[in-house]
Amino acid sequence: MMSSSSDELLRSGAEPAIDIENLRVVRGKRVALDNISVQIARGTITGLLGPSGCGKTTLMRCIVGTQIIDEGTVAVLGRPAGSADLRHRVGYVTQDPTIYNDLRIVDNVRYFSALYGTDSQAADEAITAVGLEDHRTALCGNLSGGQRTRVSLACALVSRPELLVLDEPTVGLDPVLRVDLWEQFHQLAKRGTTLVVSSHVMDEADHCGDLLLMREGRLLAHSTPTKLREDTGCQSLEEAFLSVIRHSTAAAAG
Amino acid sequence: MILVVPSVIITLMYFMFQNAPHRPGMPTPFNNACLIMLGVFPLIVMFLITSITMQRERVSGTLERILTTPLRRLDLLAAYGTAFSIAAAAQATLACLVSYLFLGLDTKGSPILVFTIAIINAVLGVGLGLLCSAFARTEFQAVQFMPVVIAPQLLLCGIIVPRDVLPEWLQWISNVLPASYALEALQQVGAYSEPTAIAVRDIAIVIGFAVVALCLAAATLRRRTP
Repeated sequence: MMSSSSDELLRSGAEPAIDIENLRVVRGKRVALDNISVQIARGTITGLLGPSGCGKTTLMRCIVGTQIIDEGTVAVLGRPAGSADLRHRVGYVTQDPTIYNDLRIVDNVRYFSALYGTDSQAADEAITAVGLEDHRTALCGNLSGGQRTRVSLACALVSRPELLVLDEPTVGLDPVLRVDLWEQFHQLAKRGTTLVVSSHVMDEADHCGDLLLMREGRLLAHSTPTKLREDTGCQSLEEAFLSVIRHSTAAAAG
Repeated sequence: MILVVPSVIITLMYFMFQNAPHRPGMPTPFNNACLIMLGVFPLIVMFLITSITMQRERVSGTLERILTTPLRRLDLLAAYGTAFSIAAAAQATLACLVSYLFLGLDTKGSPILVFTIAIINAVLGVGLGLLCSAFARTEFQAVQFMPVVIAPQLLLCGIIVPRDVLPEWLQWISNVLPASYALEALQQVGAYSEPTAIAVRDIAIVIGFAVVALCLAAATLRRRTP
């Protein structure tokens, strides 16, 4: 497996934000995740990439602690995933915006701030952070898809989490918004937040410090955008990813 | 709507029974029917509302997300229980006021007791609704739980056929359904001026059913799912 920027950070002895060992998850009769081992350093942005149905969401649910796992361990911020005291420290934004459509933006965010035990100032900050302060009293049911995604994000930001798990946060957003959102992710990372962001669009991979490439429940590579280009000799990350897949299937066949 | 509808229906019943014959010295048929409705409405309405709301939480993913926050499961249930019980209390207050003040409902026992039983029925409805929402995949299915869960209780609780003339096996089923006790308690309050031992026992049994339903509902709120 290729090395990543996480490796360097972790070699210095820092405790990883996420430490997964031999993780295996079976959903229904399908093996959703198979033998996944990975460490993610604190303060990094890690992109989780792969075709839809490859297990990205399942892996994120494991990290958040809502997925029943069959084998292996998942440690988050030094504790088993899903531990009670992690619930203050880990934010999770699901793929579909999980907000209440019949409430206003500000009520949604305040509701989550109450659940996390933070004050209404945190709610206002979170709304400002996602650029919705002009709409704060709008009903969520009347918002566009991208706005709803951002409300959902604000509901996670409100707890000022140390680890933020984002499932396809940029799907259906226009390019300007996407750039904005990534800018925010970088600022969060700069302040020490660890981010795990999934996407099935490869052109977003360049925003990430680290990349996890997944396919059919397996982890193909843990790398950085630069290293991935070097190792595969491809200019576009799209091609690089395809090349990794070809290598891994060839290796499996041979 | 949730506030006004029961009162309107009880008023409708008042006019239905207006010309109905009744034996002198006995309570009017409306009196009996009204008392039953005061107990039945909170159960039905709260069951429907909670099962559908909770079903929506489950399907939309908000429940899973809420369960990743520090919120405790019992807090969630208690919050649901209180929110809907307050709605039920407002509804029952209005229905009781209308019945006692304008429609001439007359019970030997205290109206407070009637009101209390109505609230307990509402909490029972909330418990059953939360529980049933776990077994429904869609809101459509959730609605279908109403005839499954509520209808047998209403049929067998003694409204239509008195319980002691039911065939024995139906009496047994009736004995394990909470609505039978809720109704018996209401009838006791209607007939005696002091709370009777049967009424107190029945109220305790209904509370017991409500608590069990809420606990079972708590068990269906899993933080980890397959």
